[in-house]
Amino acid sequence: MRDLNERALRAKDKTSNLGLDIDLDTYGSEPVSHSYVEDLDALSEADKERMIMAGIDAEETERSGTYVQKDASVIYSRSRQEGIEVIPIIEALKKYEWVQDYYWKLVPVDTDKYTARTQLDLHNGYVIRALPGSKVVYPVQACMYMEREGLSQNVHNIIIAEEGSELHIITGCATAAHLQSGLHVGVSEFYVKKNARLSFTMIHYWAEEMMVRTRSAGIVEEGGLFLNNYICMKPVRSLQMYPTTHLVGKGAVARFYSLLVGSPESQMDIGGRIYLKEPDTRAEIISRAITNGGNIIARGDLIGEVPGVKAHLECQGLILNGGSIHAIPELEGMIDGVEMSHEAAVGKIAQDEILYLMSRGLSEDEASATIVRGFLSVDIPGLPPQLKAEIDRAVEQSDKDMSM
Amino acid sequence: MLQIEDLQVKLGDKEILRHIDLEILPGEIHILFGPNGSGKTSLLMTIMGYPQYRVTGGKILFKGQDITHMSVNERARLGIGMSYQRPPTIHGVKTRQMIEICAKEKIDVDALAKKVNFSEFLKRDVNEGFSGGEIKRSELLQLMAQDADLFLFDEPESGVDLENISLIGNIISELLQRDFRVESKKTQKERHKERTKMGLIITHTGFILDYVTADKGQVLFDGSLTCTTNPREIFRCISRVGYEECIRCAT
Repeated sequence: MRDLNERALRAKDKTSNLGLDIDLDTYGSEPVSHSYVEDLDALSEADKERMIMAGIDAEETERSGTYVQKDASVIYSRSRQEGIEVIPIIEALKKYEWVQDYYWKLVPVDTDKYTARTQLDLHNGYVIRALPGSKVVYPVQACMYMEREGLSQNVHNIIIAEEGSELHIITGCATAAHLQSGLHVGVSEFYVKKNARLSFTMIHYWAEEMMVRTRSAGIVEEGGLFLNNYICMKPVRSLQMYPTTHLVGKGAVARFYSLLVGSPESQMDIGGRIYLKEPDTRAEIISRAITNGGNIIARGDLIGEVPGVKAHLECQGLILNGGSIHAIPELEGMIDGVEMSHEAAVGKIAQDEILYLMSRGLSEDEASATIVRGFLSVDIPGLPPQLKAEIDRAVEQSDKDMSM
Repeated sequence: MLQIEDLQVKLGDKEILRHIDLEILPGEIHILFGPNGSGKTSLLMTIMGYPQYRVTGGKILFKGQDITHMSVNERARLGIGMSYQRPPTIHGVKTRQMIEICAKEKIDVDALAKKVNFSEFLKRDVNEGFSGGEIKRSELLQLMAQDADLFLFDEPESGVDLENISLIGNIISELLQRDFRVESKKTQKERHKERTKMGLIITHTGFILDYVTADKGQVLFDGSLTCTTNPREIFRCISRVGYEECIRCAT
């Protein structure tokens, strides 16, 4: 731990290559503590409503566990299924030695000032683990909620799907309705062991002036599957992330999907990088971005290091009402025998599609909305129905905001 | 009733329809013949209201209303439906959803899809990777849900395999109230009188004539409508001597 602190200290002013530089001193509010609740129902209606938007169900119906953190305080943490563990990370680090095997093992602590801050001023986070062979009946839900004005919420999450397990997580980040500005720094490390399946669906519901920096990395062993979905359809001041996944076992698969809507003044820089290091590994990165006046950079990078790998990258963008979309797809084939492809397109809604729908009776606005909704509705194989429903709901919701 | 009077249309700078007069009475089916590029699809698209087909003269009346400058969706709501030859793919919009969009009220999509052998496709994105024949069945299914009063068919049989051609032919016939297979206590005369649906069908192959009893045939040649007579007669004439010779009867 001392070594980590030293490395973090050395990196505490290290700027990131991507995203505008944030002056961390601006977000100096001291966290106020929030008390633990025995029942999510005890939360205020206003809080519950915001969390629902980010896919968090306070009733916990069809959920295998829940973790809720408000600012720096864990206010609820519970597993509802045997074989599934949900533990606040500070508690886990104290109680269980094995956590050290995963802590800062994929994301270097000295990556930049954001990772450094997460080490030096940790505001908790979760460890969610599916024990070997355990399969969740329902998704586990986790929520990072921000209420304190001007706070920098620094969290570290570790997600482990042990051998042969199946784990689905929906994680929502949301802010209280009154919150204007804040910074969320999140480090997440994903471990998908042999023949395990992990899906991680993140729905963000930020405030207009929020700054967000997440640093995450994953590793997938032989026969494992990692699905990583990211949905952000609400305004955010500046958001930058570039999660990386390493496919290190034969037949490992990773698929990243992101659905983005850039509102006016929003700056989003979102990527995904997957290393294919063993034969028969497969990777797919698919992003759909719509801007209504925001600026979106959609990056993707696939690196094929051995023969017999397959990888595909797809960036599609729609510019509806000003703003910009910069698609940067990258493929790096390092050897003979890789199969890698990408397609990228940025444009507007096709007139012939609008007219086609109009000839079936829809008005021009209805037709556009239908096409936009379709654009954002991506089939994600392997995703449980509850999560599919949450994504659909986020899309429906964004639809109401996009009155064109 | 559809009434087209002295219609002139430009696509870009090009004049593509010249002084078209056409009248389709309630219950009537017209067949539109013509070589490639003669303007058949343009005529249908103009009736449907596609804005790139600019009406420079004349007018279109439907059910007594002047629809010449009406938007596409207003025409659809008024009862005009079109089966396209090459409709666009709409990503993320499932065929099932499209059928629901077409129907003005709640309908049994599955039952309808079964009729055109299309149940398997309901969960697919509309027109995504559909073959020529599949597109026709999808279009037909949409029209069945839409239940228009004037049906515009752009080559409904092209690309359809033999197995499905009678299926498509019979459904079109049913949509246009010409299905003689339907059990009915009414006499043919009574049923004839009750027909209200109108159809304008483009065909190249003439296959559709084996299934749909049409009232009139027209030949569109170089943007002008020429012959108006029995569609079978026109078809035989074209088949034997070709379009150029065939339209001489009118000139």
